[in-house]
Amino acid sequence: MTFLVFLEHHAGGLEKGGLGVLAKAASLGDSAGVVIGPAAREVATQAGAFGASRVYALESEAPPLPQPRVDAFATLVEKTGADTVLFAASVLASDVAAGLAARLDAGLNWDLTDLEIRDGELVGKRPALGDTVMVDVGWKGSPRLGLVRAGAFDPVEASGSVEVESFESPIAEFSTLATLIGHTVEASTGPSIEDADIIVAGGRGLGSPDAFSLLEELAAALGGAVAATRAVVDAGWYPYSTQVGQTGKTVSPKLYIACGISGAIQHKVGMQGAGTIIAINKDPNAPIFDFCDIGVMGDLHQIVPKLTELVRSTRG
Amino acid sequence: MKIAVCVKHVPDATVHKRIDPGTKRLVRSGESALNPTDLNAVEEALRIKEAQGGEVVLVSLGPVKAIDSLRKALAMGADRAVVVSDEAAAGSDLLGTSRALAAALEREAADLVLFGQASSDGDGAVLWAAVADRLRRPVISQVASLTFEGGEVHGKRQTEHGYDVISAPLPAVVAVSDAINEPRYPSLKGIMGAKTKPQETLSLADLGVPPSEAGEAAAKTTVLELGAPSSRGDQIRIEDDGSAAQKILDLVLERRLL
Repeated sequence: MTFLVFLEHHAGGLEKGGLGVLAKAASLGDSAGVVIGPAAREVATQAGAFGASRVYALESEAPPLPQPRVDAFATLVEKTGADTVLFAASVLASDVAAGLAARLDAGLNWDLTDLEIRDGELVGKRPALGDTVMVDVGWKGSPRLGLVRAGAFDPVEASGSVEVESFESPIAEFSTLATLIGHTVEASTGPSIEDADIIVAGGRGLGSPDAFSLLEELAAALGGAVAATRAVVDAGWYPYSTQVGQTGKTVSPKLYIACGISGAIQHKVGMQGAGTIIAINKDPNAPIFDFCDIGVMGDLHQIVPKLTELVRSTRG
Repeated sequence: MKIAVCVKHVPDATVHKRIDPGTKRLVRSGESALNPTDLNAVEEALRIKEAQGGEVVLVSLGPVKAIDSLRKALAMGADRAVVVSDEAAAGSDLLGTSRALAAALEREAADLVLFGQASSDGDGAVLWAAVADRLRRPVISQVASLTFEGGEVHGKRQTEHGYDVISAPLPAVVAVSDAINEPRYPSLKGIMGAKTKPQETLSLADLGVPPSEAGEAAAKTTVLELGAPSSRGDQIRIEDDGSAAQKILDLVLERRLL
């Protein structure tokens, strides 16, 4: 089996997700990395420290948008004859993978948490139906495309030399119609949530930005930090630096108290490593009740202030 | 502006979802509803129409009864619905689904095609990029705020590295995040009016899609086996009767988490 693995890079560095998938692919067969974008050749050499023996690099000033990358992958799959292309899920990579599936008429399985070769065939594992079932998935024909869930595989450091091979690709006219016209990075404020032993997190179920004060009081009483979901960060209720999830931070505190959080996959991948997860939600169908340790059905606006009072009196 | 909103009929959130071990397909016989995050796409379409005028068309691939779920979006204010329904489309994976939807969208020739954030049954969040490739149109995904300027659509979205603003000329495909708006509730007048709004059912043949290019026949992915996921162990459920806070504290202390 011959694998191509998309190695996404940002600000001159390779992303961990792609390197983790590369390590997995290398354990299954002949694998090569693919770097596309500014300084691609130079960035590609970094992959040598993570076990890549070959990396294909396409130098381009194109912004991190998917469609030109679909063109590049289509060219590269044809050129190399690779039968499997793997991506670590990200905002960019998910769209590249799906565009490529349509372009090559290739099967795409997503949300993969593991990969193995069984009787000579590639088999993916993916949790389904809100992670209540684990499904083994396969592909018909090739190329096979796979999107791996964020954080599923860790990069493996290795020594060895890497051969960087440049490639070129025609870019379709429609692929360059979308353009990046602005990019902002929000500076971190407040205490870091990554080091906190206890995190009190809030989502849409808070009802309003004001309700975060309830969480702040509980976090202060517990000696923890406050975190938020993407939905409330995007809505401007709480700072980006506190966001837990795929496009935010990954945390693994001893205790995670999720208040008014439904448990979307975007959020889950950032906090499933927590020791104990307590979910407080009034919606009994919220997916978070499927993967928490203690599920509390009720109104957080009643429960959280009471809990704060009790913690305060316990701790004196 | 003519806006097409792609929506999906999914098992209702209150239904215990399961996969048929024989067919390895999701059991879709119980109560159904409109995919929750599609409501954000419908809402955004209605707001654009209210600001600029135009038409909002719902486009869906699914069983004939999908029209029942689409009625909620019609009640919210969408103008009409097109459902692609065909036995031969059953068991479609991303390839067949994107092909059938792209054919229906081609026929509508909308200025803007909107998608919601993800489907609640297949956990998929990729369809728009496949459809955009088939339509050969620009795509912007995960959009948390949408504006228009001089014939272009601007989408602001969060990535792993901050916020991007992406511009694309119309016609374009845009997938919105659930942070973009709060979907409205249908008014009584809207609910009454929904029944008389135009609803069209199309077969694959109507769209010129050969049966061999959709459904299970064209799928390039398969489900091999079903198993139980790794569990977090015994779970405790508490229904708040006024004592939940005390119970949480007791458990936290018992597990020495404080």
